Amino acid sequence: MFLYAYSQMLQKHAILRAMQRQAFIQGARDTIPLVLGAIPFGIVYGALAINSGLSGEAAFAMSALVYAGSAQFIAAGLVAEGVSIALIILTTFVVNLRHMLYAASVGPFLKHLPESWRATLAFFLTDETYAVSIIQFAKEDRSEHPEWYMAGSSAAMYINWQICTLIGIVAGQRFENAIELGLDFAMVVTFIGLVVPLIITRPMLASALSAAVSSILLNGLPNRAGLLIAALIGVAVGVIAEMLQKDSPSPIASEAQS
Amino acid sequence: MTATMEIVLIGGMALVTYLIRYPVMSLVGRVQLPERFIQALKYVPVAVLTAIIAPAMLLPQGRLDLSLTNASLLGGIAAIGIAALTKNLLITIVGGLLIFFLLQALLV
Repeated sequence: MFLYAYSQMLQKHAILRAMQRQAFIQGARDTIPLVLGAIPFGIVYGALAINSGLSGEAAFAMSALVYAGSAQFIAAGLVAEGVSIALIILTTFVVNLRHMLYAASVGPFLKHLPESWRATLAFFLTDETYAVSIIQFAKEDRSEHPEWYMAGSSAAMYINWQICTLIGIVAGQRFENAIELGLDFAMVVTFIGLVVPLIITRPMLASALSAAVSSILLNGLPNRAGLLIAALIGVAVGVIAEMLQKDSPSPIASEAQS
Repeated sequence: MTATMEIVLIGGMALVTYLIRYPVMSLVGRVQLPERFIQALKYVPVAVLTAIIAPAMLLPQGRLDLSLTNASLLGGIAAIGIAALTKNLLITIVGGLLIFFLLQALLV
């Protein structure tokens, strides 16, 4: 009698484990396209970081411990510019603020789990894992084991990011002198490739243009403080432009509405 | 940068990043982020990155350089064109760098 109950319990446990494993694998598999997209990014980051004046250990530790692609890029760029540590950390905070939105968005799906799950998955919450997970969670009424799905996606992204960073560090060390000339510019074209596709509305364009003009005018400020002020001006202009657009719809907006 | 400075830098970056990601995930349902704040967050990446790009293109040596011998400016404009047309990060990086090095070779 006892043995029967015990074997039933084991069987249930085995089924549960199999479902968890399946969710984990599916999460990893669904993330593969984004993993591939991150490969050049990770390699360029490693090479940039090593040429910005960071040691190899620091360049890798940033990927392993901070684990936030665009913030790492910007930090490497700021290190190269000689910006103060406090200002780099502040910039990291501002750049990563969008993750708060992601956390608020996936949070309800993880509400029923032990705190340790949220504490762990929060560390691995990147643009990619968020995008893949929230699409999956929205698809099903009641997603089975969302925590294991996110864990699978996180594992795929994280391992890939570390490997690519290492490749970039090695490549950067080997070709240090050869690419030093173009490295500043490599950062510029990388950022251009990231920003331009985001500028799809007029407020977004207003935000970018005002940030550009302010950053030029404020360039002389110590510790490159002008960068942060220019970014804040850009954000403010974007928000104001969006408010104005809502108040009096532009021709484009009214066409879209009709 | 000294080893100590690197530890402070990376420790600080890791801490602020985790403190952005974790508390909201844990508190969700109990707190509501203000709408204006969410609206402002959309503009952060564009504004920050543009504020880095513009001086790198227009002030490559720390001084305003609008001349046709400024490879960063011309290469940057080319990269913006490529990015707008293809919307592809890798093509933009490779294309922009090729044009930049070509310009540098021609201008020197």
